[in-house]
Amino acid sequence: MEWLHLSEDEWAAVRLSVWVSTIATLVALPFGVFVAYLLARGRFWGKSVLNGLVHLPLILPPVVTGYLLLIAFGRRGVFGAYLESLFGIVFSFRWTGAALACGVMGFPLMVRSIRLSLEAVDGKLEEAAATLGANRAWVFLTVTLPLSLPGIIAGMVLAFAKAMGEFGATITFVSNIPGETQTLSAAIYTLTQVPGGDAGATRLTLVAIVISFSALMASELLAHWAGRRQHHDPVR
Amino acid sequence: MILSVEAQKHFGAFALDAGFTSAAGVTALFGRSGSGKTTLLRIIAGLVRPDVGRLTFEDAVLVDTQRKVFVPVHQRRFGYIFQDSRLFPHLSVRNNLNFGSWFTSRKRPADFDHIVHLLGIEALLDRKPHGLSGGERQRVAIGRALLASPRLLLMDEPLAALDDARKSEILPYLEKLRDEMKTPMIYVSHSVAEVTRLADRVIVLADGKIEAAGSPAEVLASPSIDQRDTGVIISGTVASADAQHRVSHVTLRAGEVILPAAGLERGRRVNIHIAERDVLVAVQQPEGLSALNILEGYIITLEPQREGTVRVRIDAKGDILLARVTTLSVDRLGLTVGRPIFAVIKAMALIH
Repeated sequence: MEWLHLSEDEWAAVRLSVWVSTIATLVALPFGVFVAYLLARGRFWGKSVLNGLVHLPLILPPVVTGYLLLIAFGRRGVFGAYLESLFGIVFSFRWTGAALACGVMGFPLMVRSIRLSLEAVDGKLEEAAATLGANRAWVFLTVTLPLSLPGIIAGMVLAFAKAMGEFGATITFVSNIPGETQTLSAAIYTLTQVPGGDAGATRLTLVAIVISFSALMASELLAHWAGRRQHHDPVR
Repeated sequence: MILSVEAQKHFGAFALDAGFTSAAGVTALFGRSGSGKTTLLRIIAGLVRPDVGRLTFEDAVLVDTQRKVFVPVHQRRFGYIFQDSRLFPHLSVRNNLNFGSWFTSRKRPADFDHIVHLLGIEALLDRKPHGLSGGERQRVAIGRALLASPRLLLMDEPLAALDDARKSEILPYLEKLRDEMKTPMIYVSHSVAEVTRLADRVIVLADGKIEAAGSPAEVLASPSIDQRDTGVIISGTVASADAQHRVSHVTLRAGEVILPAAGLERGRRVNIHIAERDVLVAVQQPEGLSALNILEGYIITLEPQREGTVRVRIDAKGDILLARVTTLSVDRLGLTVGRPIFAVIKAMALIH
């Protein structure tokens, strides 16, 4: 079983991937909920434009998305230069850039799932909450959000899974630097390009399967729990 | 005058153009489905904006389309009880009940126990709405609206979705509410029975317009009411209750009648709706009938109606009754104005 032991570099790639995907998912979540709410409930000019923009990473080749990120968020990019001088946030060739790329790529999946569950929330219940004195923000926090929890969880898992598998946009935007931007997928790709890398690639592949499968199981459990909480009496 | 509303609203081919004022107590908005009564209630609640209109409550202007005033729903503090309960599925009954108190600074913890007791929902507090029966859900919904300490209670056919057994389960709670709480209510209904039992005033809506307004006795005997429900409302006092047979004896001017209702306290005033189609006319004292209520009187008028029927107006010692009979019966029995007769009413027809 000796061949199952991961090398230090391989561990680094696994840790980095989990870290980058988690951060990407968590940071994208509030934006995802906000945009999904706008798309589900908003009535404004340019709604279809926003919808198109959100879905762009899903239909563009990942490399193109990565290149657009490079132009926008690179050191001399339109936003990149601003963010560096104002907040000291640097994306290029850092793990933060990998998280940004993963977050952008997972965003459309997250928004789709949350939007569907927001649309499924019964507007009549929101009306009832308003007659009980809740303003729009409170209606959202106490009724809409809890009722769409299963969809939000599903959206987070989809975004996390997408982030774990992200390759094209990340490698284009922040390259493939071991320990900094070399995620699991990039590491597997690198190992397949060198002689004798097969064992490492297989190990990492197994790890990727285990992580993705665990995320799926966890989401099933969470969604089940959220659904139970809504429809059944607590177990006594 | 507590509430005053004037509103116009167009929905496709339907047009609402109605206004009324109401005071304390229960005001019923009565009419068939599609008459615009729910729309009017939703305008009062703030759930619908009128195209043109004005709404004042206790001297405060809540809506004035001319001056572009619109106080949003959550600031009006009007409780709304929906036909379909609309309990929050993710919250326990207790948290459903407390929901309104999260948004008001008023702390009135004493109310909680009182209202829960009043509605008989103590045993449900830790359950989720999912497993509750229709009647239980509606009682929780009423409690939830009350615990938000509303200034006005709006009820949109709260009993319409329930079967007869559940209706008679909830009606006594609504009566208690009317008698114990000082909150004024607007009660939307198409049921003569409910309106008779609960309302102090009735406003009749038809095709988006106000057709009649007044006390239940005046309005419900008017021809604007659905023919099936035409009749009279007579007030009486509970004389005694028969717990064994689950009936109550009620004294009217016309005599004593028996109501199939248990648990009415002695001395309480009740309104009884007697539909004209439920009254039989006999020229001799009938014997051997299962019908419990036989009142003596004489015929005041015979009013021919459509389709070979006649409306017989009867004076029973000062209480006016209506009976609907065929022209054939009029000829056979020789009914004429001034003739003494007996009016026979099945107790079961007096179920509320």
